[in-house]
Amino acid sequence: MKILVCITHVPDTTSKINFTDNNTKFDPTGVQFIIGPYDDYALARAIEIKEANAGTTVTVLNVGTADTEPTIRKALAIGADDAVRVNAEPTDSLFVATQIAEHAKSVGYDLILMGRESIDYNSGVVHGIVGELLGMPSVSPVMKLDIEGTKAKLAREIEGGKEYVEVSLPFVAGCQEPIAEWKIPNMRGIMSARTKPLKVVEPKAVDSGVKLQQFELPPPKGAVKMIAADNVAELVSLLKNEAKVI
Amino acid sequence: MSILVFVESAEGQIKKTSLEAVAYAHALGSPVTAIALGAVDQGALEALGKYGAQKVLHASDARLNEGVIQAYTSVLVKAMQDENADILVLANSSLGTPVAARVAIKTGASLATNVTDLPETSSGFVVKRSIYTGKAFAKVELKNQKKVIALKKNAAEAKEVGSNVTVTPYAVTLSDADFAVKILSSEKATGEVLLPEANIVVSGGRGMKGAEHWGILEELAKTLHAATGCSKPVSDMGWRPHHEHVGQTGVKVAPQLYIAVGISGAIQHLAGVNSSKYIVVINKDADAPFFKAADYGIVGDAFDVVPKLTEALKAAK
Ligand SMILES: Cc1cc2nc3c(=O)[nH]c(=O)nc-3n(C[C@H](O)[C@H](O)[C@H](O)COP(=O)(O)OP(=O)(O)OC[C@H]3O[C@@H](n4cnc5c(N)ncnc54)[C@H](O)[C@@H]3O)c2cc1C
Ligand SMILES: Cc1cc2nc3c(=O)[nH]c(=O)nc-3n(C[C@H](O)[C@H](O)[C@H](O)COP(=O)(O)OP(=O)(O)OC[C@H]3O[C@@H](n4cnc5c(N)ncnc54)[C@H](O)[C@@H]3O)c2cc1C
Repeated sequence: MKILVCITHVPDTTSKINFTDNNTKFDPTGVQFIIGPYDDYALARAIEIKEANAGTTVTVLNVGTADTEPTIRKALAIGADDAVRVNAEPTDSLFVATQIAEHAKSVGYDLILMGRESIDYNSGVVHGIVGELLGMPSVSPVMKLDIEGTKAKLAREIEGGKEYVEVSLPFVAGCQEPIAEWKIPNMRGIMSARTKPLKVVEPKAVDSGVKLQQFELPPPKGAVKMIAADNVAELVSLLKNEAKVI
Repeated sequence: MSILVFVESAEGQIKKTSLEAVAYAHALGSPVTAIALGAVDQGALEALGKYGAQKVLHASDARLNEGVIQAYTSVLVKAMQDENADILVLANSSLGTPVAARVAIKTGASLATNVTDLPETSSGFVVKRSIYTGKAFAKVELKNQKKVIALKKNAAEAKEVGSNVTVTPYAVTLSDADFAVKILSSEKATGEVLLPEANIVVSGGRGMKGAEHWGILEELAKTLHAATGCSKPVSDMGWRPHHEHVGQTGVKVAPQLYIAVGISGAIQHLAGVNSSKYIVVINKDADAPFFKAADYGIVGDAFDVVPKLTEALKAAK
């Protein structure tokens, strides 16, 4: 079985977000980049499936500039067999999804795993778009994924619960916890990652329907009002008369 | 030209976020057609008129009683054609967002999810969307004539602007491929306020010390007609179900009021609550980082403060 895992290269979850150039560029100063946490779940599940099924290969793909290679190498250290980097700034969801679909068409994967959403742009759409472009079903957000022959059984989170679904391979899934435990690369993984193949391919042009104009930061939060623990009536009064939320 | 709004329901009633989507479409100016799929109460459909829908379509085909992403996509693409709609508006959700993605590709539409405000239309059609998990916003121009817009909670206020309308049945033709993903069964909390929809959320962290202590939070939630939420470790340890986990890797909430009890306020938790209008923090440690993100704070023991707060709220009713 051939599995493709699509990973993002995103600011660590503790990062402070800043912009430059009149709020038109993300400021990477002091920011540490990681594999998107949801993508990390997808990767971990892919490795588990590989370990349980001899002959399975896991390829990771990222659409990004050369800056993302350390992040891709980390995915190789975690256990992916090889990697593809589509050499481009990932400018929008359709652009990214088109690159993923083009690569997938050229190889023919049985399973395409992604995160439920990126943690930079939070769109939650690339899996659906790739599914549509490839004429495949897509399921997201997936909490459980078991392959049974040519089919898979999945649990999908819905508001207030979950749904159990069945789908034939090939398909696209957007993953989230608790699909697998995040994996930490070991020394042997890190050593072998250096020599695993990382292919760089050029992107296909896409006529994108969206254009980023400007970023904005939320207004700063006002100071907290502290209330004594033995005076909860004051909190009730503030919520009622000042905040007007109860 | 009209605007199509896909409305979702839960237990037969239209979700609040979908009413907001109708209100959003109404504010855009063109005639609004709302469409509901699967089993929905007739009265709830008629009432969509009050929120700004001129026309309500109902595809009551029983195969649509469950949210099948591809089948819903096919119905909405067809309905956009039939209604001559250039814009589809819907609420972000586990169903709405993936459906938006697929509809956008099938119709060649510009797509934006997590949209937080009405568009600016002075030069182009520019929407504001939430990015970096609520830590920032991006203004993006949707350039194509067709547009698919998925809204974050509170993008528009659902208010009554009209009166009931009659509901038009909408016939659908669906193929086997639309049901490639087969729903086997589902587990859904019933009779509870849904977390992503809630106006008030009462959330507990590791400071609650165990699943057996959730009663006081549930009592507080009941008094406020609130949903219950929790931090990641709480759902990881199985004290609470996963769908209550709030934060960077869980549900992103945007209530009027978020009450956090025994949660330290790690940045990944804050990422899920930073769109709340007001935040109350109850924590026994005065240095807990959550106080910096709060509007009101109480330093104290949850097991002492929470029951007292519930009593005070009941007394104030
Ligand atoms: C410097 C910079 C500039 C940007 N400018 C713009 C812009 O002008 N307009 C705009 O709309 N966006 C812009 N982006 C956002 C960026 O293009 C997004 O990462 C991309 O749109 C996909 O994010 P998403 O939120 O749509 O993905 P989602 O749909 O939330 O992602 C779902 C899953 O798809 C996969 N995936 C997503 N992105 C990639 C990727 N790059 N490589 C491999 N797999 C991926 C992952 O598995 C992810 O979990 C910019 C990003 C950067 C870093
Ligand atoms: C990639 C990544 C993603 C993550 N995603 C999420 C996420 O989505 N959501 C999330 O919540 N976390 C997430 N986390 C975890 C996060 O970093 C924190 O570990 C977590 O939020 C801590 O949960 P907590 O506040 O319940 O527990 P703790 O940090 O242990 O805090 C417990 C708090 O309870 C207080 N307390 C103790 N006893 C009492 C009492 N009797 N009365 C009142 N207060 C009391 C303590 O003072 C303390 O502040 C993520 C982490 C990573 C690395």
